[in-house]
Amino acid sequence: MARSVTTQHKTIATVAAWIVALLIFFPILYTIITSFKSEQEAIQGFSIIPSGTFESYSEVQAQSGYFKFFFNSVLLSVGSTILALLVAIPAAWSMAFSPTKRTKDILMWMLSTKMMPAVAVLFPIYLIFRDTGLLDSRIGLMIMLMLINLPIVVWMLYTYFREIPGEILEAARMDGASLWNEIVYVLTPMAVPGIASTMLLNIILAWNEAFWTIRLTTTEAAPLTAFISSFSSPQGLFWAKLSAASTLAIAPILIMGWFSQKQLVRGLTFGAVK
Amino acid sequence: MKLRTLTLGLLSASALAFAAHAESITIATVNNGDMVRMQKLTEDFTKANPDIQLNWVTLEENVLRERVTTDIATKGGQYDVMTIGTYEVPIWAKQSWLLPLDKLGDDYDAKDIIPAIAGGLSVDGKLYAAPFYGESSFVMYRKDLMDKAGLKMPDAPTWDFIKQAADKMTDRANGVNGVCLRGKAGWGENMAFLTAMSNSFGARWFDENWKPQFDQPEWKNTLQFYVDLMKADGPEGASSNGFNENLALFQQGKCGMWIDATVAASFVSDPKNSTVADKVGYALAPDNGLGKRGNWLWAWSLAIPAGTQKADAAEKFVSWATSKHYAELVASKEGWANAPPGTRTSLYANAEYQKAAPFAKMTLDSINAADPTHPTVKPVPYVGVQFVAIPEFQGLGTTVGQLFSAALAGQSSVDDALKQAQDAATAAMTEGGYIK
Repeated sequence: MARSVTTQHKTIATVAAWIVALLIFFPILYTIITSFKSEQEAIQGFSIIPSGTFESYSEVQAQSGYFKFFFNSVLLSVGSTILALLVAIPAAWSMAFSPTKRTKDILMWMLSTKMMPAVAVLFPIYLIFRDTGLLDSRIGLMIMLMLINLPIVVWMLYTYFREIPGEILEAARMDGASLWNEIVYVLTPMAVPGIASTMLLNIILAWNEAFWTIRLTTTEAAPLTAFISSFSSPQGLFWAKLSAASTLAIAPILIMGWFSQKQLVRGLTFGAVK
Repeated sequence: MKLRTLTLGLLSASALAFAAHAESITIATVNNGDMVRMQKLTEDFTKANPDIQLNWVTLEENVLRERVTTDIATKGGQYDVMTIGTYEVPIWAKQSWLLPLDKLGDDYDAKDIIPAIAGGLSVDGKLYAAPFYGESSFVMYRKDLMDKAGLKMPDAPTWDFIKQAADKMTDRANGVNGVCLRGKAGWGENMAFLTAMSNSFGARWFDENWKPQFDQPEWKNTLQFYVDLMKADGPEGASSNGFNENLALFQQGKCGMWIDATVAASFVSDPKNSTVADKVGYALAPDNGLGKRGNWLWAWSLAIPAGTQKADAAEKFVSWATSKHYAELVASKEGWANAPPGTRTSLYANAEYQKAAPFAKMTLDSINAADPTHPTVKPVPYVGVQFVAIPEFQGLGTTVGQLFSAALAGQSSVDDALKQAQDAATAAMTEGGYIK
């Protein structure tokens, strides 16, 4: 009896999970379906069976070279993530293992910067980029993406580091490990799952960032967000082409997320249940 | 050995000199059929000007507007040619943000530009942007449904006729709405339509002293007529419909009439995408017998920001893209029907164009019926038919658009929407220093 109740619960939970997952994924799925329709099909109401044309993909590729934007997206998301980790690992180490009475305040202050609407600082940032010659430069945008994601990276790493017993680091110090050796050979290997999931999440956030990547670039540093924007039109129906452009833009990050999902979930739930 | 080194050195120096001489200009533009076509045809320009390279930045209209405004206001220098509308040109020219276009070349024939369009792009008699394509608005209607209703659309209908025809054409059981109009909030969405419509009802945004006029009977008549018409004969969820949504409805045969941009004519008459392509008729935007019609005037134009270091190359490009030669180039490659409309008088005198575009005459008549310098029945202190050419209008127009969209959705009454619009406009004008 108990076993059948458990099996029933399991089935209900599985069905519910599938329904929720399908609901969440459906907009993306429908975008992919629409990308294989003709423009006329795309506007003719709801239908999940496309004619299977590749017309939109070839037009999108002919209209604006996808690979240049793709290359910039890879460079910016990976580059900004490496920069963020270089800054955040020492910062999180210091806050986790040598906290001061102001550590919590600093963490809260860092997080509070995420609460400000980005448009509020558009003009000052634009002027700084103009005066330093960083407009439409990959390095400028990498720094920008690193800065906007830094609070989340520091917070995540801080949470993971707090899970590591301080005694292990003390033991390393007793054995004569320097600060550098302590971080590189003791702390980092122990925090690999946390660092990896932070890295993955940061790559996704940087890949999808659309406010600054569109506003601070023109041609050289423009990533896939600018590529999608170029297919949106308030006067004219280009839904199939827009869907094809969106599918091309999200495909790499979707594939990466699919392959790394175990790592990502493990990292995100690390320390959630004690 | 020495001779070889010298030759190689000279060759390298020449290559470097050529590379340094070749200028690359960056052009910011919107994503629409005409602009995309221009990008495909630029080989014609680069062949004739091998020392100029073109870089394109294509963005969605609202993003483009924000990007180029930020860049020009901060003198960022990211763009050498900008695609801007008739709203921006007078404001930016007065701020000295744009260069006057006085070197377009001897064979450019600036006098051929349609006077109403040229007027909207000039300040103190100087042209600050060259029109790439222009548009007004007019009535697109289903000839078969009109026949079925036993009516005949006049070339210049009144609003009362539109109401009568919409009532007769509405057949909700078969999914046909008598009329489709913009309802989505935004200064360039429902307010473009409603401001132009209000002109034909004798309304105006401001009096000569910049006092808002939403508390006057003309605005009440405009908004009440619009809301009643849409409730009786408009599509469901009309408060979310903009150009694209109405285009989709009309192409699927779900609208008896649609009053919107003349540029839509080429979409609804395209048999590849429209199920009603062979059944569409055209008429001037409606009026109320007060001397003004409810049609607007807009031109996407190419302008050169004052901060550019490559003004000569930029002006060469602007001259090419807006020339008569370019229209002929499009015609030779893709047919006359695809020539950019609404900019040059000569295009409308061209018999081949008239044959290829059955809506040509009505488009030209609509453009000529709009006067951006005298847009309303009563005098006003501003320029602009479907907008007010002041920097505050984008924000204020969208706020008022939200209020009117809410009235259409039934979330507030017409009286409440007008009262709130009056309050918002008074506050904005006081803050902007227009009202002392």
